[in-house]
Amino acid sequence: MSSATESVTAAPTPPRGVRRLRRPQRVRNLELLLLVAACGLNIFAIVLVQLGTLRTLNPQVFILGTGISVLVFGVHTAMRFLARDADPFLLPIATLLNGLGIAMIYRIDLANHETGWQSAALRQVAWSTIATACAVVTIIALRNHRVLFRYTYLAGFTAIVLLLLPLVPGLGREVSGARVWIGFGSFATFQPGEIAKIALAVFFAGYLVTNRDSLSMVGRRVLGMRFPRARDLGPLLVVWAFSMSVIVFQRDLGTALLFFGLFLVTLYIATGRLSWVLCGLLLFIAGALVASQTLDYVHNRFENWLDPFNPARAQGASYQLVQGLFGLAHGGFVGTGWGLGRPDITPVSQSDYIVASLGEELGLTGVFAILALYILFVSRGLRIGFAGHDDFGKLLGVGLSFVVALQVFIVVGGVTRVIPLTGLTTPFLAAGGSSLVANWIVVALLLRLSDTIRKRPRLVIGG
Amino acid sequence: MTRELRRVTLLIFAMFAALLVSTTTIQYAQAGNLAADSRNVRTLYESYSTQRGPILVKGTPIASSVPSADNYKYLRSYADGPMYSAVTGFYPVNGEPTGLEYSMNAELSGTSSGQFFDRLKRLVTGQVPVGASVETTIDPVAQKAAWDALGSYTGSVIVTEPATGRIVAMVSKPGYDPNILAVHEGNKVDASYRALTSDPGSPLINRAISGNLNPPGSVFKLVVASAALESGRYTGDSELPNPGALTLPGTTAVVHNSDDGTCGSGATATIATALRLSCNIPFAELGMELGGGAIRAQAEKYGFNSTFTIPMTTAASVYPRVLDVPQTGLSAFGQGNDRVTPIQMAIVSSTIANGGMVMVPSVVESVTAPDLTPISGFNPATRGRAISEKTATALTRMMVDNVRDGAASNARIEGVAVAGKTGTAENGTTDPYTLWFTGFAPADNPRYAITVLVENGGGLGQTGYGNLVAAPIAKKVLEAVLKK
Repeated sequence: MSSATESVTAAPTPPRGVRRLRRPQRVRNLELLLLVAACGLNIFAIVLVQLGTLRTLNPQVFILGTGISVLVFGVHTAMRFLARDADPFLLPIATLLNGLGIAMIYRIDLANHETGWQSAALRQVAWSTIATACAVVTIIALRNHRVLFRYTYLAGFTAIVLLLLPLVPGLGREVSGARVWIGFGSFATFQPGEIAKIALAVFFAGYLVTNRDSLSMVGRRVLGMRFPRARDLGPLLVVWAFSMSVIVFQRDLGTALLFFGLFLVTLYIATGRLSWVLCGLLLFIAGALVASQTLDYVHNRFENWLDPFNPARAQGASYQLVQGLFGLAHGGFVGTGWGLGRPDITPVSQSDYIVASLGEELGLTGVFAILALYILFVSRGLRIGFAGHDDFGKLLGVGLSFVVALQVFIVVGGVTRVIPLTGLTTPFLAAGGSSLVANWIVVALLLRLSDTIRKRPRLVIGG
Repeated sequence: MTRELRRVTLLIFAMFAALLVSTTTIQYAQAGNLAADSRNVRTLYESYSTQRGPILVKGTPIASSVPSADNYKYLRSYADGPMYSAVTGFYPVNGEPTGLEYSMNAELSGTSSGQFFDRLKRLVTGQVPVGASVETTIDPVAQKAAWDALGSYTGSVIVTEPATGRIVAMVSKPGYDPNILAVHEGNKVDASYRALTSDPGSPLINRAISGNLNPPGSVFKLVVASAALESGRYTGDSELPNPGALTLPGTTAVVHNSDDGTCGSGATATIATALRLSCNIPFAELGMELGGGAIRAQAEKYGFNSTFTIPMTTAASVYPRVLDVPQTGLSAFGQGNDRVTPIQMAIVSSTIANGGMVMVPSVVESVTAPDLTPISGFNPATRGRAISEKTATALTRMMVDNVRDGAASNARIEGVAVAGKTGTAENGTTDPYTLWFTGFAPADNPRYAITVLVENGGGLGQTGYGNLVAAPIAKKVLEAVLKK
């Protein structure tokens, strides 16, 4: 453990001149190439949407198609100076997913005849601007991820505050039963839970790196299992339990599941105690079962999941689920093509159900491609865990990647009936500002982490 | 830490594997079931957004899809709707289509296997899919003549080409306007549908091929005569006892001829005479001599007790499977439990006209892809031989006599030898008769076979008879089609 704390405090930077001589920016050039391809695909998607729905092209192609391209090339340029050894795949994948999302959101706007600021696509482009700007700011401001380690407790506190915000009278907004939004006036709404997931990842990583030895070594054995002392587990449990209860209070099951999963995985990686994880899982399953029997809204979700086609529900409670399944089936193997399906029939086809929309128009092949992009994205993040040198960075990298993976699983699994449907946004794809900002910050953090890892070996050689 | 990381990596891959499996299940394995779910409006919208192919009569659409500005993109529209309703059926937004709209749905919607490469091409080129057009065998002149000749009667007229089985006219009355069932407002469709189903005339039933099957009465004598001649034990000149009344063995039921007299003046009547004068007693005797099994075998060679795909599925006409002797006697002149459709009687006379070969009737001439390449054409299909050529010739002669100076005299046409047989079937002691005519012309070189069904006694209760009501309708239609 001591090594981790040491490396946090002492982070030597290699002499600049040496690095420049040793390696031209091959990684960044690869990234540039992939970015051009991703932007090309995005513009192509918008063009196809217009041809499919309008049967003609109009100038919106330029706003929607090139808007995000300009921004990500900005991020790319910033990285040439600030994180030249960062992973070359993360940015193009995020760009492609973000762009595909905008294309699908735009496509559903067209079906609903939304224009101007009513157009979710235009708002999504605006949010993408803000999100990528946040990413650049993160990369600039955070020259070394180990800085975050200092703010472990602040991060935990921030997460709690963010989660409490929607409960503040006048600020919180309730959307379809879940009170997880904050809004100013009627325009901007924001889901602070999305940002909270980053804060929690930082907190869990930081706390566990510091305390994992005392957590796993000290304590008393009960029934053959060693349980940690309350004072070691306490802060962790407090933050976690508080987040969970707030979320349960806000009726946001998806986020609850997400945070719980993040908690268990970081705990497991830090301590290696599988028995705790199993314990936690059992507790969660028991809790979920109890909730499904006692809480109406949880009960309904379970019923919808198990029997969505029940005539009593198909036109009511499980309408969305059933329509999403119909949409996916309608897309079949190759999909209807951009603009040629009817994804707009499904409620919230732009946000929670964007995967079903994409599945309808791009088919099973399209869904596989999108899932492959996520797998690639997540595996790049996991590399940080394997190749990293400091435990905090490893835990943070894996935690952030796992959050993305789990979020995809919860959303897509909910849409495709692997698990009960809960409201969460699909990272990068779904319409929604907070989700975009949060996920682009995740990209920035992963980029920063990967940059640090790649720099290290050369230090050894150079040094 | 690495071991834990590896396990978490595996977990993540397992999560994604679950998603790959679930999406494959939905989008590939279960896609068909989900598409077939009646609540799946996408399937419905898609079936409309594909421009459904037209149904054509000699190149003129009787059903076509015209662009509409709503969710469905196309509205199905029918020309001369009521007249062609027995052919087209209807295509509702909220229920099953009927008629050709149902039977040729795959072709009309462009999803038939024959259109696979066309679909593939359109998928690749991004063209909007279009269904194939279905050309019918209907002749507009024959259809109009049949529709007009049937007047206000409840019933049906079918005209076929004996040599090929082409149906050139198929009319069922009362008809209905399919347009009112093709509108896109589900509630309006429901209201129209309810009105039509509660209509006492049951206009939605295609009487030509289904509906409440009617007893055939004397037209069934053609089948019994066929069985007799085919047995080799009888000819047209075979004689049968000729009493004025016949008590069926073991019962008190008494059979009379239609005029309550004997069949001609002699002590015996030939089969030819009995058919010409449509006498019941000799046929009851003949039937009992032949036995129910022989009659059933003959009837089934004509297609009784089985369905035809024309491509609509017809109701099977019934010759009962189990009969005792008195029931056989009744069945031999088309009473008892005999039940037939007009299409079945059309097959009987077409077969006689065609020298004994049963041609499968069809209303579809050809299917043509939107780019005018043929997908399928007309291939006359035979169901095998029902009677020998000799029997067919003998029966034709008897049917010609029947029209020339017998019970079907009202079907006579100047200068044309018409072969025919009338029927006046009882439905119950006081119920109106069912009136029939079936025949063909010209007798020496049959071009058209016609079958006329008039239900409810043609409004005459028990005073109407086949020659009075049905034969003149056949005459009018035959005149119209032969004049061309």
